[in-house]
Amino acid sequence: MNHNSGASEYKNSTFRMVIKRFRKHKLAVASLYFLSFITILAILAPIIAPYDPNKVSTAFSRPPSLKHWLGTDQIGRDMFSRLLYATRISLFVGFAATVISTFIGVILGLIAGYFGGVVDIIIMRITDTIMSFPYILLVLVAAAIFGPGLWNIILILGFVDWPGAARLVRGNVLSLRETNFVKGNVVAGMPNRYILFSEILPNTIGPVLVYATSVFAISILDESALSFLGMGVRPPTASLGNILNGAESITILTSKFWLWVPAGVLIILLVVSINFVGDALRDAIDPSAKE
Amino acid sequence: MYNEEERKPLVIVEGLKKYYPLRGSTIGKNKPVTHAVDGVDFEIFEGETLGIVGESGCGKSTIGRQIVALEKPTSGRVLYQGESISDMSSGRLRKIRTQLQMVFQDSTSSLNPRKQVYDILAAPMLYHGIIEKDKLDEEINRLLDLVGLPKSMKHRYPHEFSGGQRQRIGIAKALSVKPRLIVCDEPVSALDVSVQAQILNLLKQLQNELKLTYVFIAHGLGAVRYVSNRIAIMYLGRIVEIANTQELFDDPIHPYTQALFDASPLPAPKLRGRQRIVLKGEIPSSVNPPKGCRFHTRCPYAIESCRIDDPELIPIKPGSDHKAACPVILAQREA
Repeated sequence: MNHNSGASEYKNSTFRMVIKRFRKHKLAVASLYFLSFITILAILAPIIAPYDPNKVSTAFSRPPSLKHWLGTDQIGRDMFSRLLYATRISLFVGFAATVISTFIGVILGLIAGYFGGVVDIIIMRITDTIMSFPYILLVLVAAAIFGPGLWNIILILGFVDWPGAARLVRGNVLSLRETNFVKGNVVAGMPNRYILFSEILPNTIGPVLVYATSVFAISILDESALSFLGMGVRPPTASLGNILNGAESITILTSKFWLWVPAGVLIILLVVSINFVGDALRDAIDPSAKE
Repeated sequence: MYNEEERKPLVIVEGLKKYYPLRGSTIGKNKPVTHAVDGVDFEIFEGETLGIVGESGCGKSTIGRQIVALEKPTSGRVLYQGESISDMSSGRLRKIRTQLQMVFQDSTSSLNPRKQVYDILAAPMLYHGIIEKDKLDEEINRLLDLVGLPKSMKHRYPHEFSGGQRQRIGIAKALSVKPRLIVCDEPVSALDVSVQAQILNLLKQLQNELKLTYVFIAHGLGAVRYVSNRIAIMYLGRIVEIANTQELFDDPIHPYTQALFDASPLPAPKLRGRQRIVLKGEIPSSVNPPKGCRFHTRCPYAIESCRIDDPELIPIKPGSDHKAACPVILAQREA
């Protein structure tokens, strides 16, 4: 098959162009390395972690030492191990919530934008309704109704975050629907599903991907906030948020920095680097940009 | 080839009207509308090229979109081989519409930027079962060859082509589903002059080889004159004159047609001193088109009755193919 080799060659060339443009953003490249590093650590947590994250020992609230790199908490659990597992949970929550919300948003946005009319009005009014609620309140109420827990928090964040993606995709579809290549396919008698998923969807992937990175960052923050408030991931399962939750008292805040600084710094670094990657992606996949 | 004696209509446009609602004022009973096409009748004969000429906003592209059933007319209908495609079920339309294709003006947006030429051409042919999968490669090579592109280019993306090459791909895409009629909506307006000629020649050559019927929409007379057998002149949503190309250029009746010809530059210097109709003012708004003859606001021959009576498109002589919508000039010629 001669044409297949040619096809992959050209696909590679556009892909290479994106990478080339992405690489110009040094901060984003550094962020991507950092994110990969943290993700690998998180995935390999069961292998790397020196202790069971939930195992209680008699070494209460010890400062960092060679035995416990990041010290231990009030009931003697190894903070380094807990941090690894917490990162694992937080990244997973953020990722899963992003996948769910982006999926819902893309599907609803495609339908609303392409079919228009009553369908569009109904979908967009639901979107507006959800967006008009104070976001954190909506999440808190939902968490209070469904109860805290790993999957609940993922589903709640996933089902609350989609309106942004839906609006973004709808706007894109509205302009793509008027392009000649979509009209050309209508004239060629192609079915709606082909036009939607094979012609329109690939042209919205770029902006959606960029948007998804910011949802990812926000989801991590939301999970932390919810867990900090005791409405998210439930102890003893560690998450970055509920590690912070354990540092509410003024004595811990002032004298036991190892219980909260690592988790706090990690949240900041994760969110900042995800946003850097998102920004660079936006520039890199812009098809109008040359070189 | 198009034969004037034994022609039969492939498409009949009957009383076609297309109004677009204006945005932003959807409350209230009398929504303002743009009268893009406002009562148009004509036939497209098999094998011919019908040129449609007019200013921007006169509704020529709107007619094109109705002919390929991209939009539903407000009233009136388009008959393809005697069957109305304007109120056809979507299933039936999907089968039949491959025979009515379109080539767009803006070749950049007429090709999906994320797809290779190969995929752009392959999808409709596979969907409609026009070609077997194992013969697909061969067919795509044939199509590219037909429009004068090397087959080695089939794995390139649209942005890797020049404007003229992209237009060739657009033509190949239209041809891929074996159409009988192609609506060319200003196919060369966005191209360099030298490339325009190449594309026009390509279109003519394809018409001869594949027995195609064209509707050629343009705002410039040069290209239309070169490719068309017949030409319809449009003004504000109406056809004001329709005739064989030669006859129209030899003997333009309608004052608007005359003005249009007078406005285009002449290659003959000695004709430059001639008396010309120069249009004053802007084209009136198609939201509130003038009553009576739409052209009376700018017409040097306008008389009182032009403000009241809506002129019909009638043959200039009994039985003639040359039709014009100007009773004033026709009466002058009678006298």
